[in-house]
Amino acid sequence: MGLSIRIRGGTPLRDEEFREIIKEIDSPRARYNMAAGEAYSRFFESLRRGEILGTYCPGCGLVHIPPKIYCPYCFRYLTKWVRASDEGRVVTAVVSYLSATLERLEKPEIIGIIRLDVPGYRFTSYRFPGILHRICGASEDDVKSQRIFDARVKARWAPEDRRIGSINDIECFEVMWR
Amino acid sequence: MKTNIYVKSRVAIVGAGMTLFRRRMLETPQELAWIAARRALDQAGLELRDIDCVVSGSAPDAFDGVHLKGEYYSEGAGAIRKPHVRVFVGGGTGVFVPIAAWWHVASGLCRRVLVVAEEKMSSAADPHPQAVFRHIWDPFTEKPLNPNLIWIFALEMHRYMHKCSVSKEDIALVAVKNKRNALDNPYAQAAANITVEDVLKSELLVYPVNRLDISPVSDGAAALVMVSEEWARRLTDTPVWVDGIGYTLDTSYWTNRELSFPVYLKNASEMAYRMAGIDRPAKEIDVAEPYDPFDYKELHHLEGLGLVPRCKAAEMTREGVTQRDGDLPICPSGGLLGVGNPIAAAGLMKVAEIFWQLRGEAGRRQVKKSVTTGLAQAWGDLMQVGTVVILRR
Amino acid sequence: MGYSGFTRSSEHLSFREMVFQAALKAYDDTGDLDPRREVDAFISCQEDFWEGVSISDEFAPDQLGGVLKPVYTITGDGLHCMANAYMMIKSGVADVVVIESHGKPSEIASMRDILLFTLDPIYVRPLKIPNPHAIQALEARMFMEARRISREDLGIYVVQTKNNGLLSSRAPYSYRLSLEDYMVSEYVAEPLTLFDIAGYSDAAIVAILAGEDTARKIAKEPVWIDGVGWATEISTIELRSMDEDVSTKIASEMSYKQAGIDNPARSIDAVEVDERYSYKALQAIEALGLVRKDELALELRSGGLSRSGSTPVNPGGGALSEGLPLEAHGLARLLSAYEQLRGRAGRAQLGDVERIAIHSWRGLGTSSSVVAIVSR
Repeated sequence: MGLSIRIRGGTPLRDEEFREIIKEIDSPRARYNMAAGEAYSRFFESLRRGEILGTYCPGCGLVHIPPKIYCPYCFRYLTKWVRASDEGRVVTAVVSYLSATLERLEKPEIIGIIRLDVPGYRFTSYRFPGILHRICGASEDDVKSQRIFDARVKARWAPEDRRIGSINDIECFEVMWR
Repeated sequence: MKTNIYVKSRVAIVGAGMTLFRRRMLETPQELAWIAARRALDQAGLELRDIDCVVSGSAPDAFDGVHLKGEYYSEGAGAIRKPHVRVFVGGGTGVFVPIAAWWHVASGLCRRVLVVAEEKMSSAADPHPQAVFRHIWDPFTEKPLNPNLIWIFALEMHRYMHKCSVSKEDIALVAVKNKRNALDNPYAQAAANITVEDVLKSELLVYPVNRLDISPVSDGAAALVMVSEEWARRLTDTPVWVDGIGYTLDTSYWTNRELSFPVYLKNASEMAYRMAGIDRPAKEIDVAEPYDPFDYKELHHLEGLGLVPRCKAAEMTREGVTQRDGDLPICPSGGLLGVGNPIAAAGLMKVAEIFWQLRGEAGRRQVKKSVTTGLAQAWGDLMQVGTVVILRR
Repeated sequence: MGYSGFTRSSEHLSFREMVFQAALKAYDDTGDLDPRREVDAFISCQEDFWEGVSISDEFAPDQLGGVLKPVYTITGDGLHCMANAYMMIKSGVADVVVIESHGKPSEIASMRDILLFTLDPIYVRPLKIPNPHAIQALEARMFMEARRISREDLGIYVVQTKNNGLLSSRAPYSYRLSLEDYMVSEYVAEPLTLFDIAGYSDAAIVAILAGEDTARKIAKEPVWIDGVGWATEISTIELRSMDEDVSTKIASEMSYKQAGIDNPARSIDAVEVDERYSYKALQAIEALGLVRKDELALELRSGGLSRSGSTPVNPGGGALSEGLPLEAHGLARLLSAYEQLRGRAGRAQLGDVERIAIHSWRGLGTSSSVVAIVSR
């Protein structure tokens, strides 16, 4: 093989050498059927109907979206469900040029955290109902100039017959430039 | 400096060792762990039979490609007919391992502990080790969006830039500093002499993150030997005391929080400072190794650690305060950006670096000022974990 | 302590909701303890590949009340969490520590693949062993030959523990079983039959530990930890002792030393051992020093390990009746011991027990065990 194994420090390999020494290739089948549970089940059902639901904690006043049956901050059992609007503001956004497996995308994607409005409730900038999602109707420059921060967005829903009870029932959050 | 009244016994580090950090190594996880452990034992002047407990750490099992990987690599880490436990807090693991080892000794159950962190990311070769990070997200609300790991860092980085009015140029200074520091580190994988322009011109991955803003994927291991006070005095004239430990985990719901400031790190560092009797960290910490998987993270963490007021870390970096010859040298080792990022091993490497700095054994990396109190910190999960250790000579 | 589950499936609740339930019960059991203000640290025992999430510790704090507090994960059995909580309290850095472990094996669709995934990728996995239980069957065979234990003997143990399980309220796998029933059951991997291998169950278990002074204040009847020990023998399967349970032996010696126990057979009133493979329970009983090597078969046959014997083993059934909730198994043993010591074991209650030894292994592919001694 031509590589001398040095005990000091380890033996770095170049890419080609690495391929040469590969002994086993294994791809485990790791499949799980995860229970969504009470809270998420109801959340996704409501997405299918075009609604965004959250749970309210009377202890700290937070509305949890995505919803949970417990408030992690107060450690209380939550029973009050509230309906959020499908509008909100951009907390932060980025432009992704890479896919999940790190290949270059044909068309860059804008991703952000959207802070949702919940009529009748107010939140601080430290804790709020926020979700990760795609942002549409904005350009790369809107992101790079930071113009997109705090911009108003509204959910663009997938057509009703194509909603299955998934986060993708919302296609993206569209920026409403005024 | 006040002495802590609750903690009854002192614990010291008497030896440290590490392997090279490289993108791909020939050695198996056990072999990597062994090299680091052997070197730490050599520096401590001990043999494996002298060790009574082993504590190890390693990040996601998916990298090495073995389930229950703590069991798999444990013999390389010296866990043969000995008590062994593997701890895991994501990226924070490297600094958490010595924290767990601390109470192994301070409780009186163990007296001479081998502390090992190992990571072999190159095994997850197809398509790329980064793909393992596809599974760290909430399986219901996030994974279906097909996120890649860089999203979460980019989102946080951009929020930090926006809230603190920090530019990409300011942030790139950290990558420049750390990679240059790494030139003096014989273990380093990504040492280089680069400029801010190089960083800004490197491949744009997820704006605002460019390729040179990120630390590389690596294989590597690091180890320490931690002992009771009695043994510390027997083994060496220069024990380094673990005087403060702190750790905190924030909620997994990272999209519900203000990301520009790491509250979890503030909590963790306060826990450590309280234990170490430190009132004014900015004045009392001489040298620090905060976790820098991305360049902006060093700034973010400096603020979370209270070493600089909020939003002021960029200014401090611009002024050269954090250089090796500055008033508060930061990441003299070259950090993850310069040395490499074999997740758990990288965190432990930072602890080892502070250990060597405090003993004056850091060679060409030795910081200019005289140092007696140092800090190492790691971060992990979905912007959740802060782990801190404070070392004193 | 508190728990949720011990069922073969739990589709209506996510694991977080199960842990929340278990935690609520545990806090309630301790006079309505408030985790947000009165707990110093939280430890979770879980493994990525059981959870289906990389970096599973991300999901630890929320449902325990540990957000923005000291929380960490140990990739180990629930009793490893107990050992660390114990050390934390002894060192003075924490006074009240909450530990949790949960398992939802019903959600793992490719269980066999995951089990095989624990094996060494270079030396063992390429053998493409069709049934991972074969490795334990090998060990069982060597143990049985070395100790002159027959299939009937395994059967005696299995029948005893399954019938004990009928007394438990947490036993989805308990049936009335006779020795004849056992002897005709099918082999999974000789000499192990279906009844020698525990099925799976979903469960979440939470326990609260505290230093002595605080324990006396917040709990009416605390259960004391007299000692805890843990050990790993060696990763390489081929180098392990096949007849002796070395890791349990080292772990038990470590815990006896702390508890000041010289003669375990005399000082310990009952035992909760890991019986996920029937023969493993027998190995453990010997390694715990409760019975001498050459007397193991005799003690078993004479009923010394039964509920009415001198050292009852798993008096309310063990994994073979409860099912295996993966890494939560050790806490399931603790739960049984806790109930026995607090007189809450219902029909499984033994009279007059003051000290119980609990034991857990980590399962297929591992050589790690934890032993603890608890008392009232």
